[in-house]
Amino acid sequence: MNIPSELKYTQDHEWVRVEDNVVTVGISDYAQEELGDIVNIELPDEDDEVHKSEAFGAVESVKASSEVFAPASGKVLEINEPLLDAPETINEDPYDEGWMIKIEISNPSELDDLMDASAYEKYIKEELK
Amino acid sequence: MRYIPHTQDEIGQMLDTLGVNNIDTLFDCIPAKLRLKRPLELPAPLDEQSLSGLLSDLAADNPAAGMTSFIGAGAYAHHVPAAVDQLLLRGEFFTAYTPYQPEVSQGTLQAVFEYQSMIAELFGCEVVNASMYDGATAAAEALLMALRIKRKRQGILVARSNHPEVRSVCETYLGEMQARPEEIPMTSGGTCDLDALESMLGDDVAAVLVQQPNALGCLEDLPRIAEIVQRASALLVVSVLEPFSLGLLEAPVKLGADIVCGEGMGLGSGLNFGGPGLGLFGCSKKNVWQMPGRLVGETTDDRGRRGYVLTMSSREQHIRRARATSNICSNEGLCALAAAIHLSLLGKRGFVKLAEINAANARAACSLLGSLPGVERAFDAPFFNEFTLRLSADPEIVLRRLESHGILGGIALGRFYSEFKDCLLVCVTELNTESQLEALAAGLES
Repeated sequence: MNIPSELKYTQDHEWVRVEDNVVTVGISDYAQEELGDIVNIELPDEDDEVHKSEAFGAVESVKASSEVFAPASGKVLEINEPLLDAPETINEDPYDEGWMIKIEISNPSELDDLMDASAYEKYIKEELK
Repeated sequence: MRYIPHTQDEIGQMLDTLGVNNIDTLFDCIPAKLRLKRPLELPAPLDEQSLSGLLSDLAADNPAAGMTSFIGAGAYAHHVPAAVDQLLLRGEFFTAYTPYQPEVSQGTLQAVFEYQSMIAELFGCEVVNASMYDGATAAAEALLMALRIKRKRQGILVARSNHPEVRSVCETYLGEMQARPEEIPMTSGGTCDLDALESMLGDDVAAVLVQQPNALGCLEDLPRIAEIVQRASALLVVSVLEPFSLGLLEAPVKLGADIVCGEGMGLGSGLNFGGPGLGLFGCSKKNVWQMPGRLVGETTDDRGRRGYVLTMSSREQHIRRARATSNICSNEGLCALAAAIHLSLLGKRGFVKLAEINAANARAACSLLGSLPGVERAFDAPFFNEFTLRLSADPEIVLRRLESHGILGGIALGRFYSEFKDCLLVCVTELNTESQLEALAAGLES
């Protein structure tokens, strides 16, 4: 299972790349593996407000549908538009081509409770028990 | 799939496996006070002869069944070929539902796929679902779908020229939402007021619902309406309560509809004392993930053979729970099958021919009745198989008189529209003969 060390992670299995006050969000390799073949995703529009721990979109596989939660509050700067027509990209490349949205965050301290890669790896092992 | 009841042996084996003595034990989880401890109060069984006598007596209590009818108003009488019922009775098909283990029922899925394909051709849609409950709920679901697509908009405009019962169901469905349907007024010419539509279309409007042909039989100017709605970036939902009209009219999507819904009762099911209905529903591929209902898709199995599946199920309630596109987990399977059989029997040419007969009969009726003293055609708009007459006498009284001659002469429009109290809505289909029409004319004249 791929857990890049430069990223942060949430308990809902989103990954977060932090660059100053902009965060890029997607779902982890573990999450895409658990969901199976992803057939549809829903994303917000650019300029939408998102709120920490509230759903900003959804990922649907053949047999399941999961909401995706914002790791911090802010404004949607950019969405990965090509993903809407090729949701399987998340299965193929969850951390790079499979990114979902970029958020301009309003309060960086909201990121404090995110896990680093080793904490996330432990978290998954707990979940698998 | 076959429907064979369990034998006593099989029931015994299952109880043994479960380790219980009898079936009643399985219901122990239901509190005793809620359980009925006596047999149902049903009349004693009857032999076949007595039973058919009883049913004939009950049927005789419905005099309308033997009367000549010119009533349409959303439920249009058409001839259903005997072959439709004969095929529906086949054990493999005879269920109202899409099966819960769908892929083992390839025949049922293929039939639904054929149904979807045929309706898609009529509507001009890329996608048609496995059907909804009826035309009214299909319209309401179409508006909910439009609100999901235009998620930042809350406004819904419903033309007054939609069938009043469809409008009422839409209000019920939308009642708990923030969206409140607003009514687009009607002109004195019996069609949607396009100036009013234009002025009501703010940038908060998600969708506009228009019926074609409308509840007064008139054809709406769909291309104009589509142009106005598109300019406001709203979605146009077209409701087709008489699908046979599409034998002559252009498919709604080709005229600019984004979602098409309708009533398919006339396709293979017949009126049956008011139901069941068949909700037709179609949209573009782009919006399919927001579509309600089940959807059968064609695919290939791992050996490359053609097969059918329920597809895009993660829109649905059993997977998506509270966030599902709709609470509909079923369809009108048997009615959809009846529609597919009826449409196959008619074929493309037969369908068009039937539409032509309807239009010609209605045209002839309209000019005959409209020339009677005290009777005139109410609106100039073109129509399909239903039109409105203005009477100098009270339509309610005229209808009662016709009834005493065994004729259901139409609908007194005052029931639906207070502004048209002097009007009578008359429907003429392929079932109405020339002598029936002459009888109606004689009754209207006297």
